[in-house]
Amino acid sequence: MEGQQLAFLKILSKAITTFISIAITMLGLLLVTFVIGRVMPIDPVLAIVGERASQATYDAVYNELGLDKPILVQFSYYIWDVLHGDFGDSLLNARPVSEDIARVFPATLELATLGILLGVILGTPLGVISAVRQGSWIDQVARFIALVGYSMPIFWLGLMGLLIFYGILGWVGGPGRLDIFFEDIIPVRTGMILVDSIIAQNGVVFRNALSHIILPASLLGYYSMAYITRMTRSFMLEQLSSEYILTARIKGLSERQVIWGHAFKNIRVQLITVIALSYASLLEGSVLTEIIFSWPGIGSYVTTALLSADMNAVLGGTVVIGLIFVCLNILSDLLYGIFDPRSK
Amino acid sequence: MINLYRVFYRCLLAASLAFASLTSFADTPDDTLVVALRIDDITTIDPAESFEFAGSDVSRNVYQKLVNFDPFDLDAGYQPEIAESWSVSADGRSITFTIRDGLVFSSGNPVTAEDVEFSLRRAVALEKTPSFILTQFGFSAENLDETIMQSENTVTITTDKRYATSFVLNCLTATIGGIVDKKTVMANEVNGDMGNAWLKTNSAGSGPYMLSSWKPNESVALTANPNFSGQIPAMSRVIIRHVQESASQRLLMERGDIDVARNLNSDDIKGLRDADGVRIIDELRGRLMYFALNQKHPELSKLKVRQAVKYLVDYKAMESSFLDGQYVIQQNFLPRTFLGAVDENPFTLDIEKAKGLLAEANVDQLEIEVGVREAQERIEIAQSLQNTFAQAGITLNITVGTGKQILGRYRSRDLDVYLGAWGPDYPDPHTNAGTFAYNPENSDAANATGLLAWRNSWDTGGLTEKTAAAVEESDRDKRAEMYAEIQANFRETSPFTIMFQRIEQAAVQDNVDNLFLGGATTAATYWTVTK
Repeated sequence: MEGQQLAFLKILSKAITTFISIAITMLGLLLVTFVIGRVMPIDPVLAIVGERASQATYDAVYNELGLDKPILVQFSYYIWDVLHGDFGDSLLNARPVSEDIARVFPATLELATLGILLGVILGTPLGVISAVRQGSWIDQVARFIALVGYSMPIFWLGLMGLLIFYGILGWVGGPGRLDIFFEDIIPVRTGMILVDSIIAQNGVVFRNALSHIILPASLLGYYSMAYITRMTRSFMLEQLSSEYILTARIKGLSERQVIWGHAFKNIRVQLITVIALSYASLLEGSVLTEIIFSWPGIGSYVTTALLSADMNAVLGGTVVIGLIFVCLNILSDLLYGIFDPRSK
Repeated sequence: MINLYRVFYRCLLAASLAFASLTSFADTPDDTLVVALRIDDITTIDPAESFEFAGSDVSRNVYQKLVNFDPFDLDAGYQPEIAESWSVSADGRSITFTIRDGLVFSSGNPVTAEDVEFSLRRAVALEKTPSFILTQFGFSAENLDETIMQSENTVTITTDKRYATSFVLNCLTATIGGIVDKKTVMANEVNGDMGNAWLKTNSAGSGPYMLSSWKPNESVALTANPNFSGQIPAMSRVIIRHVQESASQRLLMERGDIDVARNLNSDDIKGLRDADGVRIIDELRGRLMYFALNQKHPELSKLKVRQAVKYLVDYKAMESSFLDGQYVIQQNFLPRTFLGAVDENPFTLDIEKAKGLLAEANVDQLEIEVGVREAQERIEIAQSLQNTFAQAGITLNITVGTGKQILGRYRSRDLDVYLGAWGPDYPDPHTNAGTFAYNPENSDAANATGLLAWRNSWDTGGLTEKTAAAVEESDRDKRAEMYAEIQANFRETSPFTIMFQRIEQAAVQDNVDNLFLGGATTAATYWTVTK
């Protein structure tokens, strides 16, 4: 009984520590974003009233936005609203920021998830093979692919991809999430068209959505793959040079057992961190990919808001992105527990 | 190796088939117009608040006005639309509009004089950004009962003083003149907002289309208004898709997935000129590119210096190189096609003449700063000026910044030179005359930041009075002559160097006819389009 109580207290203490750490992280994130939003050379008042407004109109809107109050007061008001689940209204279109984010985030989630799946499915085995066959032509090719993925500007690669696969070959759909014939046909449930079309059991819309998402997702997948391949290769090389691998081989274990049963098993924790970080960066929204492919995701939403000085939208987007990182961190911690007995 | 090649080709074939099975290509539907356009400037669809380019396009197709432009004949000026006719009182202050019978809103409610009175009063009372277009006539939230009045089938507006009738009517053709359905709007009123929140994302007009959806930064969908009193548009749906990149718009055009691409850069326009089934249309728009000298600067305030810099601009080289097809030379503050516009462009690059004028002004080796907002074409113009100014001994230091940085300094009279663009707010010459050549109080205390003449500390030397007189002249031809005279004086004496007027180039599929982008005076019309 005492043992159970101790375990419970341990879990409670861990939960409280995690919660406090999340709260401090989010508060810090908000503070930094808020301050940057106030000092950056973009004027939210001009964005609303326009270049030709009189000084009286300018001053009225300035006060209306609460910009005449001390920055700490403005920040405390904002925190209070956020704690009540209110990100405020967009300064430009006066729509609730939470509604806008609920509309754009699923588009990014869908794209990023498909991208990371491609990255993991292709990148992990490639990294392992590359490490096992170190110095072979497969290794050279894998390293070259990873290098290209690291160094090629995504803007250029995206445009080339569009030109070749959409413009010339016609294999995939063009910019946008759907052809216009299919817009507003299926009811919005999750905001992810692939999922919604499955729920609606509409194969035609699913196919069309897939034709539109496949190219940007492959592009993002390629960049993730480049990172994951490189890291997997590096982790595997470290393991393969360990003494326990030599012992396993001396014991007569098959190569498959040595590589996948021993070496790969020991890099899973590190790999989870790499994949989580990679996924998080895709969920932030790849702005350039979203612009080229006219993909209405959170990256282009926050960027447009930033350039238009719509700070409520920027802060709302930042909170969501911050939460994604926090959630993925927690998920990684949980997975560590599963894969690494030492962290249990 | 042979096996490897075989595997490679099989993979390629499989990939081709898999991809090919994903897509089914067809032209856009016969009854649907698909437009690629940057629509991230739309903040609202409410005509009392909308003041952006893409929003004006939507409004033009959704709302009717008392008077409006005929897209087939923009030069004819305003024509009756909701107003069947109008009469002007003897003192020139009151205009009484007789409302046309038989017009119906998309809701099915008839268009009445009450709706007209409500719409105009609402636009003034809400005091949103474009409300100045109406309040400049003396309307205010406090005097609406006396200034905008309905009586049976007529609506009378009474201005604070006599204005040219053409000026008042031109202003009513602006987006803010859109007439909304009072019953529908007030049914959606929240906290006394006169339906403003609801009208941001919904429509209540009597135009050829109604708004079916607006997804910010994504798309606008218009559906033909089944109750439209005129000819039902051939395009029963108009989809305006936000496509940010010029290259993406071009690809969509080449694949036939869109009918119109409206934000193509000059390279993509050139590329599409030779494409099969695509043609390019050009229309002069109202935006002007100019630079201005701050008259607080001791050297720049000299008349000869103001004149000299107008000969230090390589207009032709810029027009034919990086501005190719996107801008045309225009050295007057009224865009071509406006009432009173003139076609006289006397300045060309003439370094020697400029040097002579600078010498007469005893100016040698001047160093000044030009402020430019971070837009590619403006920066390129500034660089060209830097080069030609240097040939006459003027060092031009370019400061590039955001709107807040540059406009903030311009509005507080802090820049030596400002290089930027200006577009008319409404299709009347006073919109530009009233800012370029009008400055009744030039002191810092006046703080008239909305006037370009004030921002440049320019006492207009009599042009303010002439501008005020022109806006009251009721004879249209005489009024046009007055603006021509003001512009002649302005060209020679003002610290403004007007350089170029914008041309909008759009690519359209060959089967698309009767698309009008709106010229310099109004916005795009989609209801006229046929395929």
